[in-house]
Amino acid sequence: MAIEYLGLSAINGPLVVLEGVQNAAFDEIVEMTVAGKTQKLGRIIEVYEDKAIIQVFGGTDGLALRNVHTRLTGHPMELAVSEDMLGRTFNGIGEPIDGLGDINSDIYLDINGKPLNPVTREYPRDYIRTGISAIDGLMTLIRGQKLPIFSGNGLPHDELAAQIVQQASLGDDSKSEEKFAIVFAAMGAKYDVADFFRRTFEESGVSDHVAMFINLANDPVVERLITPKVALTLAEYLAFEKGMHILVILTDMTAYAEALREVSSSKGEIPSRKGYPGYLYSELASIYERAGIVKGRHGSVTQIPILTMPNDDITHPIPDLTGYITEGQIVLDRNLYGQSVYPPINVLPSLSRLMKDGIGEGFTRADHQGVANQLFSCYAKVGDARALASVIGEDELSPIDKKYLVFGKAFEGRFVGQGNHTNRNIIETLTVGWDLLGLLPRAELDRIDTKVLDQYYKETTAEALGE
Amino acid sequence: MTNTGTISGINGPVIYLKGDPGFQMNEMVHVGKDHLVGEVIGLTDRRTIVQVYEETSGIKPGETVTSTGYPVSVTLAPGILNNIFDGIERPLSEIAKTGGAYIDRGIHVDSLDAQKLWQTHIIVKKGDHLLPGAIIAEVPETPAIVHKVMIPPDVEGIILDVVEDGAYTISHPLITLKLSDGTEKQLTMTQKWPIRVPRPTLKRYPATKPLITGQRIIDTLFPLAKGGTACIPGGFGTGKTMTQHQIAKWSDADIIIYIGCGERGNEMTQVLEEFSQLIDPRSGNPLMDRTTLIANTSNMPVAAREASLYSGLTLAEYYRDMGYHVAIMADSTSRWAEALRELSGRLEEMPAEEGFPAYLASRLSAFYERAGMMQNINGTEGSVTIIGAVSPQGGDFSEPVTQNTKRFVRCFWGLDRNLANERHFPAIHWLSSYSEYLTDLAPWYLEKVDKKFVDYRNRMVFILTQESSLMEIVKLIGGDMLPDDQKLILEIAKVIRIGFLQQNAFHKEDTCVPMEKQFKMMDLILYLYKKSRSLVSMGMPMSVLKEDPVFEKIISLKYDVPNDRLDMFDDYKKQIDDFYDSVIERNA
Repeated sequence: MAIEYLGLSAINGPLVVLEGVQNAAFDEIVEMTVAGKTQKLGRIIEVYEDKAIIQVFGGTDGLALRNVHTRLTGHPMELAVSEDMLGRTFNGIGEPIDGLGDINSDIYLDINGKPLNPVTREYPRDYIRTGISAIDGLMTLIRGQKLPIFSGNGLPHDELAAQIVQQASLGDDSKSEEKFAIVFAAMGAKYDVADFFRRTFEESGVSDHVAMFINLANDPVVERLITPKVALTLAEYLAFEKGMHILVILTDMTAYAEALREVSSSKGEIPSRKGYPGYLYSELASIYERAGIVKGRHGSVTQIPILTMPNDDITHPIPDLTGYITEGQIVLDRNLYGQSVYPPINVLPSLSRLMKDGIGEGFTRADHQGVANQLFSCYAKVGDARALASVIGEDELSPIDKKYLVFGKAFEGRFVGQGNHTNRNIIETLTVGWDLLGLLPRAELDRIDTKVLDQYYKETTAEALGE
Repeated sequence: MTNTGTISGINGPVIYLKGDPGFQMNEMVHVGKDHLVGEVIGLTDRRTIVQVYEETSGIKPGETVTSTGYPVSVTLAPGILNNIFDGIERPLSEIAKTGGAYIDRGIHVDSLDAQKLWQTHIIVKKGDHLLPGAIIAEVPETPAIVHKVMIPPDVEGIILDVVEDGAYTISHPLITLKLSDGTEKQLTMTQKWPIRVPRPTLKRYPATKPLITGQRIIDTLFPLAKGGTACIPGGFGTGKTMTQHQIAKWSDADIIIYIGCGERGNEMTQVLEEFSQLIDPRSGNPLMDRTTLIANTSNMPVAAREASLYSGLTLAEYYRDMGYHVAIMADSTSRWAEALRELSGRLEEMPAEEGFPAYLASRLSAFYERAGMMQNINGTEGSVTIIGAVSPQGGDFSEPVTQNTKRFVRCFWGLDRNLANERHFPAIHWLSSYSEYLTDLAPWYLEKVDKKFVDYRNRMVFILTQESSLMEIVKLIGGDMLPDDQKLILEIAKVIRIGFLQQNAFHKEDTCVPMEKQFKMMDLILYLYKKSRSLVSMGMPMSVLKEDPVFEKIISLKYDVPNDRLDMFDDYKKQIDDFYDSVIERNA
């Protein structure tokens, strides 16, 4: 029988200090009984001789130096996993909160996971059709990829994620044999956001295939640090042991990083940039890198983390470090949203790093890469033409610059701004792309092979396209 | 001799031991009951500090730490090439065999295959006096590379006994030496070398030969010397890794050491897959035959990330000692610097700029100074070239890692966010980048490529510089208001940017371009400029010149002329002449 320790020697925010412990291990989970009634969990985050610093989940409210009994469990945080968890709702540390009873399972997994050996990874190549032209055409999502949405407060990132879930899960007939599931983790999310996703899953009839882990904005901050790890532990189990294709949605990574900063500062650590701890990169990596495909196993883990850029600043440490780890990003733009373009994806800073190997002949269509490069390049020139127009006026522009303005408007309106309910397949997306390129003279299209141009290019006008 | 200490505290990858158990600085130790690998990084009489190269969850105070008696080292012998290791030279495929898909803790595997028999050709005989570092045998390590077995740099003596040619394992004794103090020593193919100590050399040569990469903006505009140092800074998505991949694939180095330091797991998998399939145009063998990968992905333990750069560097120096030209891709040095910062923070050291430790600059300089074209102690000549990616926070080049790196490298390929947004790749910006090797390498270019090479190169850069200042005006008044000679500069600059600097890594012909074609392209573009300029000076407006598709033709020439059909350039020259004549004819 394990020893129970009575009392604490200090309480500071979410951290408590326990002295006189024997055999405490780094990263071990402890069980605490407060005033003989309430049960709380905690995690040892530092040990020095007989002193342990413990991070308490569920907040330190009600804790006193003398009313706590602490018991060491002897293992790191574990989650009991089972296929039955699909269709259920849990709190931030994986306890059921939907009143449907406990999960019965003998399989306990360490939530910290272990790094996947690069040798055993399989390089992701199967594209996921989201039905959204900007994504499918220009930043294709690949099974096993981690592709975050960089957004800002008030932008429709939740709608976009929901649309991806609906169209990707239901739209693809050829893959209907394979098992598909969604793991949804909300860290510090508003109640409305969590509810929005719940309703979306119900409406699209996938809720039996969704496991939700919800840590709301007013739930304990420290639990947020556990939520994505718990969710990914389940995702890995379902993908690599049960052969399912798992889409993981993590929202909002900013809240996770804020929680990390809060705990770090309670510990008195030396801050690096903007007060975030120096290990923010490693911590984020330990979450994002848990996407992928393992050789010889059926399933895959695809991640769509959502993060709100503080003050829309893409150079802020959270989006910045995320971009260095993830395989691309989808950037939403307030300006486009203001012009009622939905989804308001700013394609220029957006990117999918795995796209190049998952498109083209045998995957989508041979001209895909060329069309994508050309659209990027032309749309970048639209920016120059607009800047010039704002100085000298639209009338003074050269004829070619005027054509770019027309192209830019059509690109935002037709290609990107397809609306909430349009579900385009890849051929439709490429056709829209070629229509738009037809607005420009052929001499301007310098990124596409001559032969491909011969096959698809057709000069057109805005009137002909019905603009 | 081994010592044992007792753990008193754990803080992430850093553990503290009670008192001083008699460990040495940088000594390798085994930590706890799982025997995790660690390194001593601090000693006082009250406590000893150890950084652990594996995950420390579950370690308890009171567990023991055992010293090994030697510093953290790499094993050097045949079997390094065509292999993938973690940051402390543990082969990942062996780890996968014992540990499955995930990397477990406390796995002990040999760095190199000790069972495999290597065909060994002995090139010394009994009675030979061997100087330090002497080559004693040759082993075909891969179809592309002959591994030259050397005696360690600190051993010298007379051969008493030597084996016949045959197949041996790396631990089989090959020769017996009589050392100067009279003792006998048996030597195998294997040596160990501490990763933080540079391998000795005789002298350093100045840079005289370029590392040809097949990438036009690098070879022509900002060349890198063999034995030189370069850095590639750029925000995320600007193409650091892509540029590194391209150089690793196509550069004319003999051996590539690719260090994935704190980067993506899928990227390493991609390199492994792709390099096993791609054929090296020079040797006709798979690229992996000349490549070693060191993968310490971002979710692997942070202390090993710090060590991975030094491990890779030591492997590179070992092959340099055999007389090879080795190029190191370090992707990314910022992650290495962040690992330093993280460990420094855990040690509660006084931070300097942005939380980085004050010794960041001296560590960086020590790293880059290990590059060089060297005369080795056995008389051979080899080089280590370092190409380091830098991931500046927020893409801001004024941050400490970029700034400190700039002080110690001589070649700076700055990646530009706007170019990347336009999908202009490689997104190396021609105005912010520089190479200090230009003058050093000029004689080589004049002799091996063409007498006019340097002049042409400078003229192209001049046109680009002029374009940049003209664009300032265009932004204000629009391009139509410019006089025709300035419009021509913009037009030619566009041809240079799109037709020459932009290079398509996924195009069969364009991914790697030989030096001769690079020069001919440059020649042709400047010829077009010369002809057009004389038309403009005759009063022909740009709009008339633009009626002819010759500009577009020159732009797409990079795709249209195969690398082995350079005779087609004459035809293009003739087209320019025709264009000149026809404009005059129509508008005379």
